[in-house]
Amino acid sequence: MSQKTKVIEKEEVVIRFSGDSGDGMQLTGTQFSDTSALFGNDVATFPDYPAEIRAPQGTVGGVSGFQLHFGQMEVNTPGDFADVLVAMNPAALKANLKWVKPSGTIIVNEDSFTDKNLEKAGYDSNPLDDENLSDYNLIKARVTSLTKECLKDTELDQKSILRSKNMFTLGMVYWMFDRPLEHTEEFIEKKFKKYPLVVEGNKMVLRAGYNFARTIEALPYNFSVAPAKIKKGIYRNVTGNKATAWGLIAVAEKAGLELFCGSYPITPATEILQELAARKDLGVKTFQAEDEIAGICTSIGASFAGNFAVTTTSGPGLALKTEAAGLAVMTELPLVIVNVQRGGPSTGLPTKTEQSDLMQAIHGRSGECPMPVIAASTPSNCFEYAYSAGKIALEHMTPVILLTDGFIANGAEPWRIPKMADLSPIEVPFAKEGDNYQPYARDTEKLARKWAVPGTKGLEHRIGGLEKMDITGTVSYVPENHQVMTDIRSERIRRVANFIPDVPVKGNDDAEVLVVGWGGTYGHLTTAVRELQAEGKSIALAHFHYIFPLPKNTKEVLQRHKKVIVCELNEGQFAEYLRAGFQDVKFNQYNKLQGLPFTVLELKERFNQLLEEK
Amino acid sequence: MTDTILKSHSPVNLTPKDFKSDQEVRWCPGCGDHGVLNSVQKAMAAMNIPKEKFAVISGIGCSSRFPYYMDTYGFHTIHGRAAAVASGVKSANPDLEIIQVSGDGDALAIGGNHFIHAIRRNIDMTILLFNNEIYGLTKGQYSPTSKQGMVTKTSPFGTIEQPFQPAELALGAQSKFYARSIDTNIKLTTELILAGAKHKGTSIIEVLQNCVIYNDGAHTLITDKETKDDFQLILHHGERMIFGKNRNKGLVLGGNGKLIVVTIGEFGITEQDILVHDAHNPDPHMAWLLSNMSAPEYPVALGVIRDVAALSYEEKMVQQIKDVQAVSSIKCMDDLLNSGDTWEVK
Repeated sequence: MSQKTKVIEKEEVVIRFSGDSGDGMQLTGTQFSDTSALFGNDVATFPDYPAEIRAPQGTVGGVSGFQLHFGQMEVNTPGDFADVLVAMNPAALKANLKWVKPSGTIIVNEDSFTDKNLEKAGYDSNPLDDENLSDYNLIKARVTSLTKECLKDTELDQKSILRSKNMFTLGMVYWMFDRPLEHTEEFIEKKFKKYPLVVEGNKMVLRAGYNFARTIEALPYNFSVAPAKIKKGIYRNVTGNKATAWGLIAVAEKAGLELFCGSYPITPATEILQELAARKDLGVKTFQAEDEIAGICTSIGASFAGNFAVTTTSGPGLALKTEAAGLAVMTELPLVIVNVQRGGPSTGLPTKTEQSDLMQAIHGRSGECPMPVIAASTPSNCFEYAYSAGKIALEHMTPVILLTDGFIANGAEPWRIPKMADLSPIEVPFAKEGDNYQPYARDTEKLARKWAVPGTKGLEHRIGGLEKMDITGTVSYVPENHQVMTDIRSERIRRVANFIPDVPVKGNDDAEVLVVGWGGTYGHLTTAVRELQAEGKSIALAHFHYIFPLPKNTKEVLQRHKKVIVCELNEGQFAEYLRAGFQDVKFNQYNKLQGLPFTVLELKERFNQLLEEK
Repeated sequence: MTDTILKSHSPVNLTPKDFKSDQEVRWCPGCGDHGVLNSVQKAMAAMNIPKEKFAVISGIGCSSRFPYYMDTYGFHTIHGRAAAVASGVKSANPDLEIIQVSGDGDALAIGGNHFIHAIRRNIDMTILLFNNEIYGLTKGQYSPTSKQGMVTKTSPFGTIEQPFQPAELALGAQSKFYARSIDTNIKLTTELILAGAKHKGTSIIEVLQNCVIYNDGAHTLITDKETKDDFQLILHHGERMIFGKNRNKGLVLGGNGKLIVVTIGEFGITEQDILVHDAHNPDPHMAWLLSNMSAPEYPVALGVIRDVAALSYEEKMVQQIKDVQAVSSIKCMDDLLNSGDTWEVK
């Protein structure tokens, strides 16, 4: 397709598409990442968009970005800095210039650099004429006028014509990286099936952009990124939210139960509810509740009635669900509460990522109210940990909190599709007709009570939020009994540790520095540690997915390294939690609260500093 | 009342006693709740439904202790949330017969949101709304239905709040079934619970209930032997709205759209002039007028005020799942995992 003169092989490339929130940058980025994944690259993506659907046009606050990182090696992060920045307007350039690598390529829509737009973006003069950009490979393309020109003979209205300009830039970038157009063409045909004019227009603009880049030789050379050497199998792209939804459906199917999800829409968790609502074909019942409280309460009701029940939310929603979560602990009903963390407190940064709900998840309820807390760490392993959360909830008869975050929830990566037959079985402790049922009698191993589903003859019983008498489950205010029940509630959650894997350590047992992380920072921590290891540094990584209870080897792992540093996107909540449990270990910290993931660069700097400390 | 609800179960012979649990009933002596418990157990025995198909779900408050006294599946949840929990129970298992018990504080204050949304969705359950116009379990604070000016522990100088008329709230949420009874009238309450259970969708049964400790006599005009016949109108579908000690009072609709109490035999009024109750009228206007009547200007309307047929939430939910399943090519999780864009790495 292309006629290239000079081709440079690259191991990995980072591209950042940015524009107004109405410019279609999320779609453009998704298309490029899907195409690259289909080509065989490993890919990681990071959508970064404002909370407002259409923030004031042309302002820095309204800039929507989509960063993707693809390579012929394992890609764990969306990349710190971009090789290519696409900026559809001055605000996008202003907001993103600091994320471009020195000598990187910047494609701008020159048409949008009008006096008015420059002023909105806060520029005193046109940066395209500025010396500051001379260090970059600046490609000025009149994207708007070229798009108009391309479609001038069609019957498309002006609005539709302007809307398709994102396809022009996508076409340009496709040429630069020698990507085929077929996938996106098929996508356009499917998406605008009902509007043949729009299909034709978008395809014309896509090809026009591609040809334009070829004509002007947008780069003095062309990048080629060979397919990654990844494990054999069938792959698909998946976002964290979709993987979470699918993991939950997988639990229900494996356990032979119906899935019920009572939820209230909240950014950035809404896509889980949406995905589940779309899965009526698999019998999923979704209940869009009147509020967060009703979300969890309907789920508790569904759990009482024998469904595998889940509720999905983000930090502020978890706060609202707190009282009902306590009811689920008291009644020992299985339930998965998914918290897709975002920047807080209060409304905070709804579309930005953070890990600051850890303490809320572990402790944020009235009374002594323990429940397991699990954290997923990549978009695709949201499936695995949602499955694990459901399995623990059902087998141990307990609510479980699954933590993800905005970064992995919205990020996408290729995922080797699992087979249902390979997932571990789920044994649900049902009480059966004819049992001499005692609501709070327990098995000796897990201390789980049995689940007597309404409708089962002879198992009529009452449960509720009042303290229950051990074994019989009748209301009890007996002082000694409250002690017994509190001890049991604590012990049975601690025993979950007998059923989870050890925390794996990447690196040598005698490494000088142990990096400790949890949840969505996995990709950046892994990359930073791997790069330092390749430089010969004595460093290892222990990344936690099981937060409460902790894996049984935690103490041994923490104690065997000279220096330990806990890295998290909060003020040090996991570090505090570990300090409480392991008082003889000295924990260093690295924390960041900018609504953004770590960069590999800053992590390596901090680790090097620690390695050098005597 | 011998009417039974026809369900897909084989006939069962249960008596009210079969629904009594082994727990000691701990309401105050003289509390109106005793009468309602009695009525519920009678109604359940008459429903011809096996015991294990019942789920009794409550929130917090005196009335919410109810499930513990019933030998059925029961869930004593948290303050205000019973309607939400019950909505989940019914959606998860539409085969269950749900009785949801709440008080005026539980359902109309802290749980107001869940109350109106359960009604709006029309989830098939019977909500018993015990209205004693006071917070009893917390020992005497005003509730959302306390009459304006009422002196309570949190309104020592009288409340300055306008009370809810629960029926207005329910009708505003598009309630399809609204009935009202009084705790002392066990026969009527039993009948209404049966009618509510039979109705597909959310049935509200407001029980005017007396709190003997903190708000004794709140409903005296309609319970007192001397006055009750003149201040209560028991509605029956298809029958004229006639009441009074001498059965000579009735309701007519005035030219201004308001109800007027008239006396048969006065000013040429005959029985034929009195309004006939149509509980099945989809237009809620008359139900609103009737449910808003208060003594002493009017009699208080008891009985089934509104009973309009509509599909319930869970019927529609089950149907939608069936419809989608009939046309979707995705039959199991493996199908879903492999749907859409996939590629093979060899």
